[in-house]
Amino acid sequence: MDKPVNQGAWLLVLPVLLIVAFSAIVPLMTVVNYSVQDTFGNNQFFWNGIGWYQELLDPSTDLGGRFFDALWRNLLFSFLILAIEVPLGIAVALSMPRQGWRVAATLVVLALPLLIPWNVVGTIWQIFAREDIGLLGWVVNHLGIPYNYTADPLSAWVTIVTMDVWHWTSLVALLCYAGLRSIPDAFYQAARIDGASRWAIFRNIQLPKMRRVLLIAVLLRFMDSFMIYTEPFVVTGGGPGNSTTFVSIDLVKLALGQFDLGKAAALSIVYNLIILAVCWVFYTVMTRMDSGRS
Amino acid sequence: MLRARIVLGLYIGFLLLPIYWLVNMSLKTNSEIVSGLTLWPHTLTFENYTKIFTDPSWYSGYINSLQYVALNTVLSIALALPAAYAFSRYRFVGDKHLFFWLLSNRMAPPAVFALPFFNLYSAIGLFDTPFAVALAHCLFNVPLAVWILEGFMSGVPREIDETAYLDGYGFPHFFVKIFTPLVASGIGVTAFFCFMFSWVELLLARTLTSVDTKPIAATMTRTVSAAGMDWGLLAAAGVLTIVPGALVIWFVRNYIAKGFALGRV
Amino acid sequence: MARIDLQNLAHSYVPKPSGPGDYALKPLDHVWRQGGAYALLGPSGCGKTTLLNIISGLLVPSEGRVLFDGRDVTALPTEARNIAQVFQFPVVYDTMTVYENLAFPLRNRGLRGPAVDARVREIAELLDLTPDLKHRGSGLTADAKQKISLGRGLVRPDVAAILFDEPLTVIDPHLKWELRSKLKALHRALDLTMIYVTHDQTEAMTFADTVVVMHDGAVVQMGRPQELFERPAHVFVGHFIGSPGMNVLPATVYGRSAHVGGHEIRLARGYPPIDAGRVEIGVRPEFATLAPAGSGVPVRVRRIDDLGRVRLAKVELAGIPMAATVPEAMPLVGDEASLTFEREMVHVYADGHLVEGEAA
Repeated sequence: MDKPVNQGAWLLVLPVLLIVAFSAIVPLMTVVNYSVQDTFGNNQFFWNGIGWYQELLDPSTDLGGRFFDALWRNLLFSFLILAIEVPLGIAVALSMPRQGWRVAATLVVLALPLLIPWNVVGTIWQIFAREDIGLLGWVVNHLGIPYNYTADPLSAWVTIVTMDVWHWTSLVALLCYAGLRSIPDAFYQAARIDGASRWAIFRNIQLPKMRRVLLIAVLLRFMDSFMIYTEPFVVTGGGPGNSTTFVSIDLVKLALGQFDLGKAAALSIVYNLIILAVCWVFYTVMTRMDSGRS
Repeated sequence: MLRARIVLGLYIGFLLLPIYWLVNMSLKTNSEIVSGLTLWPHTLTFENYTKIFTDPSWYSGYINSLQYVALNTVLSIALALPAAYAFSRYRFVGDKHLFFWLLSNRMAPPAVFALPFFNLYSAIGLFDTPFAVALAHCLFNVPLAVWILEGFMSGVPREIDETAYLDGYGFPHFFVKIFTPLVASGIGVTAFFCFMFSWVELLLARTLTSVDTKPIAATMTRTVSAAGMDWGLLAAAGVLTIVPGALVIWFVRNYIAKGFALGRV
Repeated sequence: MARIDLQNLAHSYVPKPSGPGDYALKPLDHVWRQGGAYALLGPSGCGKTTLLNIISGLLVPSEGRVLFDGRDVTALPTEARNIAQVFQFPVVYDTMTVYENLAFPLRNRGLRGPAVDARVREIAELLDLTPDLKHRGSGLTADAKQKISLGRGLVRPDVAAILFDEPLTVIDPHLKWELRSKLKALHRALDLTMIYVTHDQTEAMTFADTVVVMHDGAVVQMGRPQELFERPAHVFVGHFIGSPGMNVLPATVYGRSAHVGGHEIRLARGYPPIDAGRVEIGVRPEFATLAPAGSGVPVRVRRIDDLGRVRLAKVELAGIPMAATVPEAMPLVGDEASLTFEREMVHVYADGHLVEGEAA
């Protein structure tokens, strides 16, 4: 089933190419342009070469220190939410009803958080976790556990991670559920006849069928958590201190807050390259799995 | 089975509780909110909602948001359809790299693009129009649409194309009359995702608008005033932003599972 | 190894069945002997898969009991029944090698070490899977996968019966024959009870020593393939088995003769007056032979089909279409001809059911 070669197909791709080029390449060129210049205010630019990049990638400088701190925080955050959302998502998918009206009802409830504007997600948790008017904050504090996400870094992290789990676990669960649905009944029946345990069924039938969708889930969750901006910005604004300042938040602070365009641009480029690299690894693994499937 | 119900029940409770709390807040008066924690509104009020529906600076926010979301959805699908067909049916020079490059744009952080977009759209005079936001959201929605549609289209046997050509259909006629209806569910799923990501995105939407086309999500930041937070109004506005999403989910509920797998199970 | 008793067995997917129409499987009572090769034959939706799933324990019948060697297993789950089942689509655990696939049922039952190894190698040898043992299941052809599914059933030494649910559907035609012979050889070698569900009469007739024909949730006939062919107990069996199926002609029957549209057909047995809404005679094309006009019941020839080994005539008897065999030497002149019948093979049906005549 090899696809025929047809260079005319380029014509069909052209509109997409133009719009994405307009949306991606033109702005990126602006960014590259900024990243090699310095500015002292209104439209006065000086050639700075790779100066910003050197500063950025050297953790001993102010800029570099900021960047690496934010980067580690970002990686820790991505790691935490993946470690919670993937197993939890699988568990929820395995618990989904298989037929009846409850399927549609469950799907609708699960998808709900995914369609809430991200700043509203932030608002919901900003309210819900407050110790004075929020149910969560109030209950936790009345249980005798000190909890205040605006003052205490640990509370802030717990709030943001919980919020992300609330927001995105459904995506993992829905993807896994779609994978599970593609398993024919005969597999389960055969497994029963073979005397397979619950764990053996999961390990040998369900997990292999979910492998592809899980890869998509991990890719999307890693990328989106790595780019996260709006939700923590609304809840903590990057604080207390810098304890929840992720790369995106820092970037916007630099660019729109301090108008340090050169630094911000260099940061953008490096940030984008990291994402591109990770994306490429996933893409390669995925296409390899596709071709191995046939 | 019992354990499954418990897991699912707890999870659904976890999902619904914060939303319930938001609804609860939106139906309270501000004095009740600040005077202490109450599990349900003791003095039920719809004042917060009336305010939003009667104040043009509030409700125009919803109209603005829906405008650019609709525009973006139509644009993304119209552009992505032929491209997805090309990727699913043919090989051509650079196809794999092109596909990867497109996908990588879905993964590009909006924060990187906020400032350049601001400059770009100001320069071409689209700043503070729905077109600016709709075009900007194409950055991640077009690649996504191509990806999802390609998955669905690859599920349509190629024999159908060949049969249609043998029957004397030209490409445009075949594509519109025969092929597009075959991937209708895929288009529905794609529209759902374009709607979803355009609706929930705020960073670019807020950067590219100022007065005339401010999205609802940005309007909400106005609830902070000198007199402190207007929590009830904020909650009511939040509840109203959940409604369109909930409606859309209800319409596509039977396709959700397959949709989220992006046609790739 | 087991004898299977089905006692007043019935199943309905509706909680409170109100009439026969609600039953996917209408009440039946059978004893299936140890070591038999049974085929459940019928069109889709006739209840054969329901019956199979009840025997394997994937489905609990709403009425009646299932006994294995006299032991009531009705409420026992599949894994406690020592049953193996092969499905329509091959089930192979993709992540395991062929060897691990075959060892899976044994390991799940707590077996370890050399006992497992010996058994797996023995079964692999039997199924010609030895060269593939180290390969992953996912890369194999459909027939090899189906052999693995079968092997997982055979590998358990205590298996009571093997059930097949249309196992050859996805197998290439030229391999079907080979796999079917393999099954038959296994049956002879292993002395297992085998139950084979299919809608393909050739598969059923060549595999089984007892064919159970099902129609609309009920067993309409159970017998050796030859019996089904020569004495269909119901017009449905006559239609369903044979190619083309049995000719069924509305008739009036009295004593030792039947009348079809004014023509008399002699019968081998005598019949009392039949009190039924619909009286028909049934005769297979193989037992109705075309002859020159004037030597039997007159018919009009519509068409002659040359099927290679035989020639088949489409004729009209008193305006009713039917099929008949054309003898090799028969010259064909015009469309006037006549039919002769093999008297023993002309059967009488009342409302679809075979009527036993009185011999001599």
